[in-house]
Amino acid sequence: MGSFTDTGGDIKFWPGNIVVAEAAVAAGCNFFGGYPITPSSEIAAHMAMLLPRNGGHFIQMEDEIAAMGSVVGASLAGAKSMTATSGPGLSLKLENLGFGYIVEAPCVVVNVMRGGPSTGLPTHPSQADVMQARWGTHGDHPTIALTPSFHQELYMETIRAFNLAEKFRMPVLLLIDEVIGHLSEGVVPPEPGSFEIINRIYSDVPPEDFVPYDTSNGDIPPFRPYFDGYRWHTTGLNHDHTGFPTTIAKDVEADERRHYRKVTEHRDEIDKIEWFLAEDADIGVFSFGSTARAAMVAVKQAREMGIKAGLMRPLTLWPFPNIQVNEWTNQVKKLVVPEFNLGQIVYEVERSVHSDMPIKRITKAGGVPIAPAEILAGIEEVA
Amino acid sequence: MHFEARFSAVGGQGIILAGTILADASHILGLHAAGSPTYTAQVRGGPTKVDVIVDSDRILFPRTAAIDFFLSLATKSYLRFGDNIKPDGVVLVDPNLVEVPAEDREKYKNFYEIPIIQLTSDHMGRMVYTSAVSLGAMVALTDVVTEDAARQALKTRAPKGTEMYNMKAFSVGYDIAAKMKEKGEYVYSM
Repeated sequence: MGSFTDTGGDIKFWPGNIVVAEAAVAAGCNFFGGYPITPSSEIAAHMAMLLPRNGGHFIQMEDEIAAMGSVVGASLAGAKSMTATSGPGLSLKLENLGFGYIVEAPCVVVNVMRGGPSTGLPTHPSQADVMQARWGTHGDHPTIALTPSFHQELYMETIRAFNLAEKFRMPVLLLIDEVIGHLSEGVVPPEPGSFEIINRIYSDVPPEDFVPYDTSNGDIPPFRPYFDGYRWHTTGLNHDHTGFPTTIAKDVEADERRHYRKVTEHRDEIDKIEWFLAEDADIGVFSFGSTARAAMVAVKQAREMGIKAGLMRPLTLWPFPNIQVNEWTNQVKKLVVPEFNLGQIVYEVERSVHSDMPIKRITKAGGVPIAPAEILAGIEEVA
Repeated sequence: MHFEARFSAVGGQGIILAGTILADASHILGLHAAGSPTYTAQVRGGPTKVDVIVDSDRILFPRTAAIDFFLSLATKSYLRFGDNIKPDGVVLVDPNLVEVPAEDREKYKNFYEIPIIQLTSDHMGRMVYTSAVSLGAMVALTDVVTEDAARQALKTRAPKGTEMYNMKAFSVGYDIAAKMKEKGEYVYSM
């Protein structure tokens, strides 16, 4: 692939992967630990160029597992850290991603989704890792995953991923796919200072009084980085407020429930949905990421045919917008769910709605994105 | 306005840059652009292409459906990527590098044969200007962007010190193609 990365004027014509890297640095990312994997490698390559120029650090680790380890470690040392990968790489990263959740290490993990299980289709897109993003790492943990569709949005959602990670002290996933990663389109990077940047809350107690998981003032413990005089224990074992392991049932359960609450009690700060011609729609289309772009075309074409279709496009896919889907089904009579996999997020849609709501699945595998005509056919079928 | 362009060649000929400059020129004119390159393991020597969609509205589905302009600088890219071209679209090939199936000259209304590589070599002496010559010819044969916008975009993208040469290369392609279009000639003759 040729380079689109030099600047041509105020409007940058960047591939999505470059947008992610540029936005990450704008958000304050100062550490990238990665391992190259198609179709995400341009993010790593661009970060390798950008970070040293911006006072940050780039390291290519020996494998995906170590890359995720470096990202959690850098976060605990106070960095805003990120990695980028694709499905096979995320499979390897999952153990350390879980470690990131339990030690509450803010970081951003980008998955540029490609096709197939295992090595699959390295150079072709899919949206088949959405359940992996939610449940891939073992045990109970909350998940925040963002699914932008357009490049300008991708820029802002990358920044939001860092903000959410910092605010709630947890890893945040940015789920894009090969379509978005390699598509170039116009982006106007916002002026620094024109967008919000959130940094994690630091504890201001003296080192001798520091309790690493002090939740006496809320569910998000104030942070102190390694190497600045504060000593604390980090473990993947369930731990109490001291950071040391515990098997006391009530403490373990209380802590796991606290982790969940970081997301469930702050849905208004995390949820984000874009609606398209949805206000008076009878046929509701639910779609995210690159497929939502095709869905927008299909909805417009359906409207031209006199079918009142509308689109719900979640930018926050996890936590799943179950309440918003449910409320919408008081208005729409039928739902169409196109997703570029063999049927994953449709299960979440199904359990968010009244049981008698007809839901048309549009699924696909093979590496060729769902075309507007395929979604339109689904809309026409149920209309 | 909706326009779909496909630049195809073999990896290393620099056609992706031509697509980028078309996108920049579109942005100068207040239009939207979306570019998708081929993405394969073949970087040098393999067939490669970039699709650039230009639209007056925001581009939703970013894949091509019916191509308005097709450039090919290699037989293998012509055969691999020469599909979904509108019958009244503009096809531009380098006849020294593309073995055109005879029926294709009838199939497309506007089938232009210009020896882009030879012209680049003769006028510029360096093959690095192939994309600027191609772009000039494309702008003359289509009305997707204005000549001014294309020149401005090319100038901005050109590495420092090469602006003048890129402008000259653009003119080589533009002038020849404009003349052919005016005269209704489809095959370039010296």
